[in-house]
Amino acid sequence: MAEALFWAALAAYGTAATAYGAGFRRPGRLGQLGTWGVRLGWLLQTALLGYQAADARGFPWTGWAGSLELFVWLVVGAYLIWGCRARYRLLGVGVMPLVTALLAIAYAGGGTSTGHEHRYSSLFLVLHVGLVLVAFAGFTLAAALSALYLWQERRLKRREASILRVRVPSLANLDELVGRTIVVALPALTLGIAAGLVRLAWNGGGFDVLMVVTLVTWAVYGAFLVLRFEAGWRGRRAAYLALIGFALVIAVRLGLPTAHFS
Amino acid sequence: MTLVLVGTSHRLAPLEVRELVALDRRQAEEVAGELAGDDAEAVCLSTCNRTELYLAHADAAEAERRAAEMLSRLAGLPEGELVPVLYRLRDQAAALHIFRVAAGLDSLVPGEGEILGQVRVAAEIGHTGPLLDRLFRQALHAGKKVRAETAIGESPASISSAAAALAQQVFGDLDGHAVLVVGAGKVGEQAARNLLSRGASISAVANRSVERAEELAAKLGARAVPLDGIEEELEPVDVVVSSTGASGFLLDKDAVARSLPARRGRPLFLIDLAVPRDLDPAIHDLEGCYVYDIDDLEAVVSETLAGRQGEAARAETIAAQEADRFKAWQASLDVVPAIASLRARAEEIRAGELARSEARLGTLSEHDRKVVESLTTQIVNKLLHLPTVRLKEAAAGADGGAYAKTLRHLFDLGDDASSDRVEGQ
Repeated sequence: MAEALFWAALAAYGTAATAYGAGFRRPGRLGQLGTWGVRLGWLLQTALLGYQAADARGFPWTGWAGSLELFVWLVVGAYLIWGCRARYRLLGVGVMPLVTALLAIAYAGGGTSTGHEHRYSSLFLVLHVGLVLVAFAGFTLAAALSALYLWQERRLKRREASILRVRVPSLANLDELVGRTIVVALPALTLGIAAGLVRLAWNGGGFDVLMVVTLVTWAVYGAFLVLRFEAGWRGRRAAYLALIGFALVIAVRLGLPTAHFS
Repeated sequence: MTLVLVGTSHRLAPLEVRELVALDRRQAEEVAGELAGDDAEAVCLSTCNRTELYLAHADAAEAERRAAEMLSRLAGLPEGELVPVLYRLRDQAAALHIFRVAAGLDSLVPGEGEILGQVRVAAEIGHTGPLLDRLFRQALHAGKKVRAETAIGESPASISSAAAALAQQVFGDLDGHAVLVVGAGKVGEQAARNLLSRGASISAVANRSVERAEELAAKLGARAVPLDGIEEELEPVDVVVSSTGASGFLLDKDAVARSLPARRGRPLFLIDLAVPRDLDPAIHDLEGCYVYDIDDLEAVVSETLAGRQGEAARAETIAAQEADRFKAWQASLDVVPAIASLRARAEEIRAGELARSEARLGTLSEHDRKVVESLTTQIVNKLLHLPTVRLKEAAAGADGGAYAKTLRHLFDLGDDASSDRVEGQ
């Protein structure tokens, strides 16, 4: 059952990635096919996660592969909020191939099994892992939006004659969405980190490198919001800062299997 | 019924002729009513680029004669003088034409959106029946489909609309965004009106002659400011449109840079429509500032018009598919009388046979009688289903009329003039 749901979800995401790639220059059926691929894939993956949750004893996505799978689900879920609109389909050109590849990597790294019973309590894992992954999904989307902003801003600066040929959200909308996404994601990261620190205080233990990088990530996104609201940092500078923060998110994700929960 | 179109457009007729036959809404309604009379359907589509009369009439030649005579009367010219600028189309060719018109494919600027509304109004005020009602509903469907499935109508077709579209690329919805207009000439006014139509508000008009600035400001609901006061106006505005006859730059990089701290990262979009230019191109190097001059805007318009031509090929395919659908529907109308006669004959036989058996069925209960009724009806329907479907399919081809005639002969259904017409198509 889990295998069938996994492959169906992967096929739907793959179809969406291909359709977005082939059809982003023209509105119409390819774009619609892409959007339906994302919707169907996300529903299938939701069913897969539900099946895994019912099948497991405790929180099922603590392993590297499992957390990556959950991360993909959260990223696609966040993308779906705007991705259904025609103007944001271009975002799908970047997001959908990435999540398709990540889901395939998650499968290669651990299949669809739900892992063994963990030494941590489910409540702690839901709070800590769940919230941190929610935040990371938000930061991923903010990075994709920032990259789209920088691409479109560069086209405006270069006065490209073809600038109106490809439907892209306005710079103001992209900038606003980056800000809003980080406003939602940063509190989730804050709570996720707090849950980890509380557990650390109760059970003892020291800081590992990953915790330090995560705190630096938190500081970068914190600075993003402070500079945005206090110093008027918007546009290109804000987009670069969001991408710097995302580079740290990638570092944390890559370091997770060896430096944390090991 | 035959569909007939007689009309003239920018493709054949010069403006001097088109304006003679241009009609307002009330006149178009009257013309449609007069053309329809008691025996026809008629719609008059009149825009600045075309006047077209669509008629559905049993006699195509009579319909063409009426329409040509009407156009001649409207123009006040002898029919012979109008002939070179008139086109006459029938049935599928006429249907394809209105589908192309609704899609914007026959417009001066391919894909322009206004025509779809004009087609809708023409249908509303026309004297439509089954054929023209279907034709215009399908034309509106084709127009919407073309705009939904192609990018033909998305790109701006003029300098001022390109400037407004670029401002939307920066700000999105222009609602609540303020515009400073520098220069009170026609070009600046046109660009300002384009921005206004997209939700922006004009906050100030600056001009060397304050009287002219006040005049334009009053029209646009703005304040008039002196030309040397534009630097102070930069802080609250989002868009600057400049089109004066000044020989040097009215705004340089330093002046704009001074306004940036107070803007707190808000972008500034500057449109320079003047030759020689009013705005220092170096302003474009400042973060969050975008300067587009007339050459940049012309390049955008050329590129998007080229894009429209590319999309037009896809739109043509959609229009042609819709014309094929209309042809199939129209052809099926020709065999409908034959099918109706066949079904009536079958029902007559069924009811007659039941009545003849009344004596033998008299012993049946009410329930059993209903079962027999239902059974005989089902047998008749099943027997006629396949011939009905095949006849409708054949109607779309060249043999439709022959099939209908054969059917009438085999079942002795009598003659029906409309069923023979498909043969002649």
